[in-house]
Amino acid sequence: MASAGLALALVALMGASLCLGDYSLNLGQVWQAVFGDGDGAFVVTTLRAPRILTGAFAGACFGLSGAMLQSLARNPLASPDLLGFTQGAGLGAVATIVLVGSGDWVTAGAVGGGLLAAALVGLLSWRGGFRIWRVVLVGIGVGFTFWAGIDLLMTRGDIFEAAAATQWLTGSLNSRLWSHVAVSGIGLAVLGPVALGLGRSLDHLGLGEDTAAGLGVRVGAVRIATAITAVLLAAVAVSACGPVAFVALVAGPLGRRIAGGPGPALGPAALIGAALLVAADLSGRTVVAPMQLPAGLFTALLGAPYLLWLLAIQIRKGTL
Amino acid sequence: MTATASRGRSLSSPRRLGAGRIGRVLGLAAVALLVVVAALAVGARPIPPGTVLDALVQPDRAVSDHLVVLDLRLPRMLAGILVGASLGVSGVLMQGITRNPLADPGLLGVNAGASLAVVLAIWVGGVTGPGELVWFAFAGAGGVAALVYALGSLGRGAATPVRLALAGAALTALLLALVSAVLLVSQETLQVYRFWVVGSLAGTERASLLPILPAFAAGLVLALWAGTALNAVALGDDTARALGVRLGLARAGTLLAVTLLCGAAVAVAGPISFVGLVVPHLARGVVGPDQRLGVLAGAVLGPVVLLGADVLGRVILPPGEVQVGIMTGLVGGPAFVWVVRHLRIMQP
Repeated sequence: MASAGLALALVALMGASLCLGDYSLNLGQVWQAVFGDGDGAFVVTTLRAPRILTGAFAGACFGLSGAMLQSLARNPLASPDLLGFTQGAGLGAVATIVLVGSGDWVTAGAVGGGLLAAALVGLLSWRGGFRIWRVVLVGIGVGFTFWAGIDLLMTRGDIFEAAAATQWLTGSLNSRLWSHVAVSGIGLAVLGPVALGLGRSLDHLGLGEDTAAGLGVRVGAVRIATAITAVLLAAVAVSACGPVAFVALVAGPLGRRIAGGPGPALGPAALIGAALLVAADLSGRTVVAPMQLPAGLFTALLGAPYLLWLLAIQIRKGTL
Repeated sequence: MTATASRGRSLSSPRRLGAGRIGRVLGLAAVALLVVVAALAVGARPIPPGTVLDALVQPDRAVSDHLVVLDLRLPRMLAGILVGASLGVSGVLMQGITRNPLADPGLLGVNAGASLAVVLAIWVGGVTGPGELVWFAFAGAGGVAALVYALGSLGRGAATPVRLALAGAALTALLLALVSAVLLVSQETLQVYRFWVVGSLAGTERASLLPILPAFAAGLVLALWAGTALNAVALGDDTARALGVRLGLARAGTLLAVTLLCGAAVAVAGPISFVGLVVPHLARGVVGPDQRLGVLAGAVLGPVVLLGADVLGRVILPPGEVQVGIMTGLVGGPAFVWVVRHLRIMQP
């Protein structure tokens, strides 16, 4: 029920985003542009549709990634941006842009960087077991280091490649192409079902390790598969639209609240992630028009206060 | 080498411990001298130390090497000393007052607060003079320092490292997002801001250092005064109170010192992270747990770390230079992880 409502809201939001902007269209004109050859064909099919679809697919990837990590760690602070995975994917992507050039390899670079960051954080925070506070702190440290690496590459690269990387680094959906839609769409199509398939096992894991093992969950295997899938999802999203902040952090808890039940609520989290990114992009295009603010700016303005609130709650409860 | 050896011997006799500490302080002084000379001699145009000395003692404006030393590298070195000392001492104070080994003015958002206040002053108030903007930097730094501390000490118990680090990360993200929002919206603000904050030591002029000297001196004196109280605070709030320390006054003094020092540092070099994180740990290694000595050691070690990073940035990737803020990030990130791995705190 909740998912159907969310999906409807997402579709409405995407429709509104197709219509609104510097060159406003009504729904009829959009319909004509897509299926006929109306005046707005260029605006709709070349400018707006790719960025909206990229936003929706990448946002869903971020949402899934965050919700999976949060339910794995059983802590709402575990999201790819706080754990340094997003920054790792960013470094991998920028290294590829600067060294090889922007093209198909950027996604591979992002995936490699994300996996490297995840392996580093896992290795460095293991001390006979994982404690969530240590994982988060190590993640913050690794994230800082990778971000300094990004800054270093930016000062070294060719000015045109550096300019391309700068725009991408702000976490923006400006000038997305159909190739970005393809990358994020294929990533979501491959990894999304895997994530949803792991959802039931994660559900059981939430009841405790012993109970989950009793229910036939292979605990170790599920954990590793979840972590890797979450990293890959974040990396795909980063390669499509840059390291957009806080979407992954916010989507999971919101999805859980809307779904109402226990468990990770992966589907709602994906839909909310998509809606958040599309809405942030729409605000970026319309709030101070004709300027185009990056979507990452709006997600940061929304997500950082949420993180502060989350901290205050956890401190009050004495869990941190 | 000598430090390790003397530490081994010192276990048997307290007097030797003093000798070992003196040795380490002398070693620190030697390193500081070395870094200062390197900051004047190393760069895209290497200048032999003898010529550097000549330039300082008998400046000859006809010799181009002398001009490089006097007009380019000397102001840059002085800025490095001021900024490094400010950040190092701020780190010692913040780690002392919060009893938190992860505290750092950059990581806790204090520097970002100063940046945001400056941007808002330019955008809303139309302020453009560096001398006036410094006051807004102070206000922003002080406000955020107080906010982070208040957030970290919500609920029962002291502000734990995790709380403070996360509160700082969230605040920094929010403040920097606001800064970039203003800069994206207002081109005029960006025009003033980018000349005011360059995020590096390069291009510093001697004249721009003068207005912040009083703030720096006041901050340092206040820090030395607060060091006495911090020694008692290290034993716990209750013990400190029993020893006659007025905790509220000590906190306010520390906050004011951090505000003055960080505001001055941001005014010269823009936000630089991790110097304040690393220096207190090094200082403890050199002078032990005494906080007053820690403040003094921080004032020496801060410049050593910052100038060291600056010199490294000049030579690491020729022909270009790497900004000092990037260098401290590359070195400081792993140092942060190292501190986290050695935290001996018990978390629920």
